[in-house]
Amino acid sequence: MKINDVILQTVTKIVVFIILTFGVELFLSGHNNPGGGFIGGLVLSSAFVLLYLVYDIETVQKGIPFDFKKIAAIGVLLAVGSGTGSMLFGSEFLTHTFSEFTLPVFGATELGTVVLFEAGVALTVVGVVVTIILSISEDV
Amino acid sequence: MNNSIVLPMIIPLITGILLVFFRSHIRLQRIVSVVSIVCTVAISVYILQLIQQEGILRLDFGGWLPPYGILFVADSFSMLLVLTTSIITGILLLYAFASIGVTHEKMFFYPFVFFLITGVNGSFLTGDLFNLFVCFEVMLLASYVLITLGGRKVQLVESIKYISINVLSSWFFLVAIAYLYGTIGTLNMAHLSVRIAEVGQGPLLTVISLIFLIVFSLKAGLLLYFWLPGSYSAPPTVVAALFGALLTKVGVYALFRTFTLIFYHEPGITHKLIGVMAIVTMVFGSVGAIAYQDVRQIVAYNVVIAVGFILVGLAVSTEAGFQGSIYYLVHDMIIKALLYLIAGTMIYLTGKTRIDEMSGLIRNYPLLGWLFFITLLSLAGIPPLSGFIGKVYMGQGTIEAGAFLLLAVAFLSSIFVLYSLLRIFLNSFWGETIINEDDDVPLKKGMLVPCVLLGILTFALGIGVEGIAVYVQDAAETLMNPQIYIEAVLYER
Amino acid sequence: METLITILIGVLVTVAVYLLLSRSLIRVILGSAILSHAVHLLLMTMGGLKKGGVPLIGEDNSTFTDALPQALILTAIVISFAVTAFLLVLAYRTYKETGQDNLDALRGFEDE
Repeated sequence: MKINDVILQTVTKIVVFIILTFGVELFLSGHNNPGGGFIGGLVLSSAFVLLYLVYDIETVQKGIPFDFKKIAAIGVLLAVGSGTGSMLFGSEFLTHTFSEFTLPVFGATELGTVVLFEAGVALTVVGVVVTIILSISEDV
Repeated sequence: MNNSIVLPMIIPLITGILLVFFRSHIRLQRIVSVVSIVCTVAISVYILQLIQQEGILRLDFGGWLPPYGILFVADSFSMLLVLTTSIITGILLLYAFASIGVTHEKMFFYPFVFFLITGVNGSFLTGDLFNLFVCFEVMLLASYVLITLGGRKVQLVESIKYISINVLSSWFFLVAIAYLYGTIGTLNMAHLSVRIAEVGQGPLLTVISLIFLIVFSLKAGLLLYFWLPGSYSAPPTVVAALFGALLTKVGVYALFRTFTLIFYHEPGITHKLIGVMAIVTMVFGSVGAIAYQDVRQIVAYNVVIAVGFILVGLAVSTEAGFQGSIYYLVHDMIIKALLYLIAGTMIYLTGKTRIDEMSGLIRNYPLLGWLFFITLLSLAGIPPLSGFIGKVYMGQGTIEAGAFLLLAVAFLSSIFVLYSLLRIFLNSFWGETIINEDDDVPLKKGMLVPCVLLGILTFALGIGVEGIAVYVQDAAETLMNPQIYIEAVLYER
Repeated sequence: METLITILIGVLVTVAVYLLLSRSLIRVILGSAILSHAVHLLLMTMGGLKKGGVPLIGEDNSTFTDALPQALILTAIVISFAVTAFLLVLAYRTYKETGQDNLDALRGFEDE
């Protein structure tokens, strides 16, 4: 029996963007406020999982043609890389630094290398969570 | 600060990640793995040398000084184990090239081997109890994947047991960490040692130490080894060899660290208990080793006996005992890998697992037969081979401490080891060959070479024992005097 | 407050042990998940509950709660999340392979 899920699909189209925005917001507000890569990544991946739930897997994969295992790997690489990068500058492994920059649109902004690490965490979480959900649901 | 000591953990980690991208390029995967493991070995040797010159090395992650940050500490004991781990992994990888098969190689086999090594090396190097937990989990998660990879029924069923028991022991680990943090308020091992020395190891702390004893015994297979023979006989040979050679040793290492550095004030309770557990382990392990007909079971029980034997050194806690343990630990990692490889090769060649169903293998495969004979002699502790020196020191250590029961059981267990392996040798290698020439499975060179390399290694370690004596002495000295470790971690800037 | 939480941990452990000892694989997995929640609460309680303000920059408190147990818990949660996910997939695969969820019936696959 084919289920008529027009409402779900329509709502999802909008809600997914809200979730994604919220995920990015959580990700960026980390470090000094509640949030960070892990939570941000979880929220981002919940958006993808919602897409997979509402549409079937093939449709979504046509829209988002990524191998999520590789995304997880890229994430870990980024996180480890941001840690090892500091070794090249002669400071301890995992040392992070930040300073103030003046950017055209944002004005005075604080940029830190921790963001790279957190981005790695976020990518890993997204990759892993989506992979888990896909591998459970693949052959039902 | 010395950034190089994080490399034995970071190189395997990065290699593992990179290999994920090379999923379908098997040749590339192999080349990258070999290069990376050679690098790890080289760096381990370098660090080991550096420790002899500069004393214990330490790296504070992110520049957070101990006891506030997390850190890596490299002393001779941990680096010896890291070095052995890396060498053995390299040799086992060679065996994997020949035996594991394309399906495994495409299903991320090599990445997970490297993640396993990340966890193992990390556990050896960390100087923080919670970090030890994390590294344990990295290692265990990789091992879960490796044990299930392939998805045969027996693997799935055995891995459920293996994972459940490890989830439970991880839970106990966290409980112990929580209690320890609640009472002492720190998790840095050196800092813990200082604080416990200040307040005294009262009943509460002794109970907490016993929880740690349960956790690490489960991982090491000390007394609580019931899960081990089943789980270690399910996966493919290489994986079983990795597990048998490395995983239990991490538990043994953790036992040594915690009970020489942190909880060493009540040897009447904790160390005596370890001694009793070691005795029971050796007795039951011996019974198991001679009771079974299945090669894999016999080998698995041999792992159990070795764990009991190594912990005799901790139970007596004399310098000679520690030296014996360290020599035997290194020896056992090499020889158990070899034993597993030979057992796996036997099963591959005959298609049978029971020793009474194989016969006369030495006629078809002479080199393999003689290698098995060398393994057997080495495990029994015959002089030019690597098992000898460990047993000598262990004997000396137990006599110094007056622990004659431990001495007797330890050496009797060696006889049982010899008997159990002789049984395999007499049943399967000697006798009339039952393989007719048509069914003769050719022994791949790629399978034989790693075995030969490990055989040479046990010879080399036996003859060249002078070469590593310096490191072992230094390691035993650090284990005897926790103050050296504490000085290096907390007070050197 | 600590006492109450400790009692709660006890209840959770009881429930988890009951589930772990049951025959059904899926209940065992649920049991292990609840077990991990119990130990996370234990870590939190051992660090001391509500000893000060939120440990964040920008909050003007003179005392802060200990942030370390929270870091430990976060790590432990991630690990238990991974293990539970792995166990679920494993249970599913086992069910597909053997058609069994009952741990008693899963014995005896020594040699295929």
